[in-house]
Amino acid sequence: MKRAVERHLNILEFTLASLLRRRGKNLSLLVIYLLVIFMLASLVFFVSALKREAAIILNDAPDMVVQRLMAGRQDLVPAGYAAEIARIRGVTAVRPRLWGYYYDALNGANYTIMAGDDPATAPGLASVGAGVAKARNLAVGDLLPLISYDKTPLMLEIDTIFPNESDLIAADLIVISRADFLQLFNFPSGQATDLAVTVRNPKELPTVAAKIVSQFPDSRPVLKSEIQRTYQSIFDWRGGMTLMVLTAALLSFIIFAWDKATGLSAEERKEIGILKSIGWETSDVLLLKFWEGIVISLTAFLLGTVLAYGHVFFLSAPLFAQALKGWSVIYPRFQLVPVVDGYQLAVLFFLTVVPYTTATVIPCWRAATIDPDAAMRY
Amino acid sequence: MIELSGITKSFNGGKPNQFTAVDNVTLNVNPGQITVFKGPSGSGKTSLLTMIGCMARPTSGRIFLHGVAAAVPFQQEGADAVEITSLPERFLNGIRRSTFGFIFQQFNLVKGVSALENVMLPAYPTGEARALFRARAMNLLEQFSISRLAGQRIELLSGGELQRVAIARSLINNPSIIIADEPTAHLDSKLSQELMAIVGGLKGEGKSVLIASHDPIVFDSPLIDALVEMRDGAVVASRSCR
Repeated sequence: MKRAVERHLNILEFTLASLLRRRGKNLSLLVIYLLVIFMLASLVFFVSALKREAAIILNDAPDMVVQRLMAGRQDLVPAGYAAEIARIRGVTAVRPRLWGYYYDALNGANYTIMAGDDPATAPGLASVGAGVAKARNLAVGDLLPLISYDKTPLMLEIDTIFPNESDLIAADLIVISRADFLQLFNFPSGQATDLAVTVRNPKELPTVAAKIVSQFPDSRPVLKSEIQRTYQSIFDWRGGMTLMVLTAALLSFIIFAWDKATGLSAEERKEIGILKSIGWETSDVLLLKFWEGIVISLTAFLLGTVLAYGHVFFLSAPLFAQALKGWSVIYPRFQLVPVVDGYQLAVLFFLTVVPYTTATVIPCWRAATIDPDAAMRY
Repeated sequence: MIELSGITKSFNGGKPNQFTAVDNVTLNVNPGQITVFKGPSGSGKTSLLTMIGCMARPTSGRIFLHGVAAAVPFQQEGADAVEITSLPERFLNGIRRSTFGFIFQQFNLVKGVSALENVMLPAYPTGEARALFRARAMNLLEQFSISRLAGQRIELLSGGELQRVAIARSLINNPSIIIADEPTAHLDSKLSQELMAIVGGLKGEGKSVLIASHDPIVFDSPLIDALVEMRDGAVVASRSCR
């Protein structure tokens, strides 16, 4: 056992000395390899973390949102629906919500405007997300003029700026009073954008949804699980799009690495012959090549993964943010909670380290099986 | 002792271009002596040495090595000789590593690594602790007065220094038999004389040395014990020089 370990250590030692001989070539290969792993691992980390973040946020979302459709498009929901739905058995609360979008011509950003649930939200006051505050250079106590439907300005005083931690959901959010909301959009009173429905037993959600549809044929209940699924798909789709962009780089690397790993130069062949002639077995030569492949690919994998971890979780992935978070003037600024998907990392490992190492070992097989006496004739 | 019995080595057997490199050689090589195989190019010297050194198998005939039984685990108890021609590859490797040291015509050193690394190379796959064979390699470099070059890459060494590194490498696993194939082919007369002096020293340590050469400095050397003359794959004369 000890001899076997010593044999591995000795051959690994020679592998390192051997790799250092072609320092420039191996270093450039390592850097490109590392870059590819870094990009892919960043993508994996970022998408996983975003999906988890979205899942956590959606945990606080209502069990069901009821919308109303008119000619296939979403329309306002009469407040009367809320009272009827609240009477369905199993429904604990129905909350009409008022919200909409506001285009700020000043900087081309879209804000989400919401009427506060708290009746105490006084008219004339507004709470804004950090993204809005930054875009409009606002501080608490400043005035924020919003242009209402009839082009008259609605002056709002900044009451609160949401902390950065809530950026993912609140970066572009402006919360105002119900009265200001109605005035800003000329929103008809007695109507809501949608209804947030809470159900006591989650297992009853499909039944309650079916009852709502039967009672109000023009309604569309959207379950929390459906929203969660949609978000997961969106992030998967964006991850896939980014991967497609990276594919070209990935393919170039594969061709480069394949060429480097499989091409055995005359000098390398001669070296293998020398090793065989001085008593190395075929398995020793293959072990040497195996360690060569492992040293390059594992170093690239480990370094690339660690760098990707720092890039995503400490620097908030500046390289991918725009492609993965979506396209917007106001980007949420937030620190992702570190989450590592072991399965995806394992897939990345098997798709990078294993093929490279195999591509290094296989072509040596033929060279390593030459008769040792060939070296006598060089 | 090395015992050769009816050794024949043919290449491209059964094809129109078949040729016989070694033809029915029967010979005994005594231990602790310098035996020189003399003959022109193509006379079969190198082919014969590769078969003795467990690098190739003969087409027919048998080779017995006396005194190496320890390297072959299944050898019958008490048996003195090992018949190497029928051994599986891995046992041949074991014998080659522990019993033979090789000095090649072109030295066959690995470029880009240090002289010390080159000397240690045959010991890497043996599983011996690195510190042990490293110390042995340093001793050998010292013995050949080139310890100052231990860390030097071999491309930067002179012909004579390369030759000493190659000899040191052949001795790293402490073999009992040294095989040298045309070791003076690329050396001037002075370095060739120097090589013969080193070979004489090895004999003094009790090692058997087998040299294939057509260089008069080698086969006329007063140090050699036996001369085997070959031509067209066959032994034409074999005599003791003592």
